[in-house]
Amino acid sequence: MVDFAGKAEPGTTKKYKTGTWRTYKPILDKEACIGCEKCWEYCPDSCKIETEYDGDIIFDTDLDYCKGCGICAEECPVEAIEMELDEK
Amino acid sequence: MTKLREQEDFVSGHRACAGCGLALGARLAMKGVEQDSIATCATGCLEVISTPYPESSWEIPWIHSLFENSASVAAGIEAALKAKGDNKTKVIAQGGDGATVDIGMRGLSGMFERGHDVTYICYDNEAYMNTGIQRSGATPLAASTTTSPPGKQSYGNENTKKDALAIAAAHGVGYVASASIAYPKDVVEKVKKASELDGPSYVQIHVPCPTGWGFKERDTIEIARLAVETALWPVYQMEDGQITNIRKIKDRKPVERYLEKQKRFKHLFKKDNGEKRIKEIQAIADRNAETFELDK
Amino acid sequence: MVERRVMEGSHAVAHAVRLCAPDVVSAYPITPQTHIVEKISQFVADGDLKSEYMRVESEFSAMSASVGSSAAGARTFTATASQGLMLMSEVLYNASGLRLPIVMSVANRAMGAPINIWNDHSDSMGVRDAGWIQLYAEDNQEALDMTIQAYKIAENQDVMLPAMVCMDGFILTHTYEPVSIPKKEEVQEFLPEFDPEVKLDPQNPVTLGTVGFPSDYMEIRHEQYQAMENARDIMPDIFKEFEEKFGRKQHSLIEEYKTEDAEIIIVSLGSIMGTIKEAVDELREDGKQVGAIKIKAFRPFPDQELRDALQNTKAVAVLDKNITLGKKGALYTEMKDTLYQAETQPQMTNYIIGLGGRDIPRQSIKNIVKQTKENLNSPQTREVRFVDLKEEK
Repeated sequence: MVDFAGKAEPGTTKKYKTGTWRTYKPILDKEACIGCEKCWEYCPDSCKIETEYDGDIIFDTDLDYCKGCGICAEECPVEAIEMELDEK
Repeated sequence: MTKLREQEDFVSGHRACAGCGLALGARLAMKGVEQDSIATCATGCLEVISTPYPESSWEIPWIHSLFENSASVAAGIEAALKAKGDNKTKVIAQGGDGATVDIGMRGLSGMFERGHDVTYICYDNEAYMNTGIQRSGATPLAASTTTSPPGKQSYGNENTKKDALAIAAAHGVGYVASASIAYPKDVVEKVKKASELDGPSYVQIHVPCPTGWGFKERDTIEIARLAVETALWPVYQMEDGQITNIRKIKDRKPVERYLEKQKRFKHLFKKDNGEKRIKEIQAIADRNAETFELDK
Repeated sequence: MVERRVMEGSHAVAHAVRLCAPDVVSAYPITPQTHIVEKISQFVADGDLKSEYMRVESEFSAMSASVGSSAAGARTFTATASQGLMLMSEVLYNASGLRLPIVMSVANRAMGAPINIWNDHSDSMGVRDAGWIQLYAEDNQEALDMTIQAYKIAENQDVMLPAMVCMDGFILTHTYEPVSIPKKEEVQEFLPEFDPEVKLDPQNPVTLGTVGFPSDYMEIRHEQYQAMENARDIMPDIFKEFEEKFGRKQHSLIEEYKTEDAEIIIVSLGSIMGTIKEAVDELREDGKQVGAIKIKAFRPFPDQELRDALQNTKAVAVLDKNITLGKKGALYTEMKDTLYQAETQPQMTNYIIGLGGRDIPRQSIKNIVKQTKENLNSPQTREVRFVDLKEEK
């Protein structure tokens, strides 16, 4: 059975975890993160998550979807993110 | 605007390449779009990466019909809403540069000319990426693509980039803007402004493509920024035919800084007389800077 | 009281459109379709039809805008002919694949080159595989009736496919005939408001037009195939309901004319049926056992109806106002396929008639019958014959 005319329900690509594509993964220095949200703004895969660390807002990575492009590391104004080989 | 809307209407799990400028462009554009919107999308990377049956990356109602009819389908949706007395729902049409400035130009022109209340967003990655990086009317001078390769008789693409913004403005479109993913808030604000306007509007977002242009995935934003800082991609907006906002450039960079980072321009630095072409590209940037008074 | 007025076929269709009250009309002018869209625009201008009327910049956009409009849940109408239909052709497949019940009038006209504005069926036959329901009208009344019926068939939840109502350019579109115009309330009763289950709606967002990979494409196409089969099943009921409601005799997917004891049956479609019926009458007066069958629906093709109707006949003359180069007339090849499954196969000859508006006098039809009869007694020399070709004797 297929859906009428090949229609799809909204937001359903979330089922597909693009994190498996990754070669490198971002490692965040939580102490260094200033919560400026630049990485969140620039992420093509919407995988930066606002979270709390030691009472401060920081942005960590949802590894389910992170493809490891490294834009966040490149654009982080305080160089709080490093890309490391992701040994899965 | 200090903080972008948290709601993602273009969600994760899409199949765009790592570091895709287009995916970021779409994500940001959706942040400028009202919840009550319907979007169309032309055939191309955006459609392919976001709607592999039975999945979809879109949270708002969305339709893909064909390559060259995103604007016409959107116009039909707008007419349907009007007929049903719905004056709340906004209509957004989307397409890549090929779908917009080449194959879809007729429908786009008709949509503009008839004054439909549709916001057209062109994601400009300067070639036909989905089919394997072939030259489009938006490909810049001297860029190497799979159909404009450099060779003994060639320095890459022979033509300069088609100015779709000027074409939109010539139709009397009320809101016309260029934007770059290097400046996310600006993208969101422009799409928002465009969709709030009654009548047609046009926003062209420069979305560098690591795969097609040949640069490291992590450098997508850097490349986008350099296009703006060299004046090769002027970022401005026009309202009712008047330029009302320009992103000024402090210490404009020479075009080499932008070109040397991309494989598609690599031949210019190796071939005899390549510098001649670089000079021509610099002249384009200088002209842009003069026309739009970009220098701070 | 049913209003009966003399009007050209184009205006009869425009009245049908007024009665069906589409939310959106999106059209581009082309001869000989123009009178349809002109009349509709007058209805809109006068407030007799409350539709959004889109004066688009091409047929390509006429159909594309129809896709958008229909996908947004609006009843949609457009009309075209010939070159315009071809310009739409990419979108035709798309509208069908997206299961959008758009209704379109096709004022049948020949395809160029050489450019020719007159009637034949090269245009609509050229898009017979686009996944649209195709109805062919014999006269102006039928063009009007079929337009209303087309919406009812197309919008059926088990069908949800677009439909084109084909009418011969000039011969019907520009010719005046008396036409009964149904009452608005009656049409509204027959044709309920269009309210599709799946549509573009911010309250219930859905994604339409996804990428169909090899893993699913075939199933999606099969569903579409099934929808056309469903159309075949429901059409007789819809015609019957129409007959009961409006009191006009309605045939099913085919109309049989004096076929009962016929040795020779002429099969064709469109306005030529009028001439054929007259020729049959005259031949009958001469004692010839001749009948005719009109194909009302070319898609879905009336396979079983034709097998039933032709089981006792000796010879069939299929008249095609089109030619598939390298093969034969479109109707003829379909007929042969259909009759391959029949218990007995009559002898068949394909007559290519009236291309590019060439006149087809009654005598030509009689000659066709004569030729078909001769074929019965001698080995068939030529399966395809161009009728009244200047070089041909």
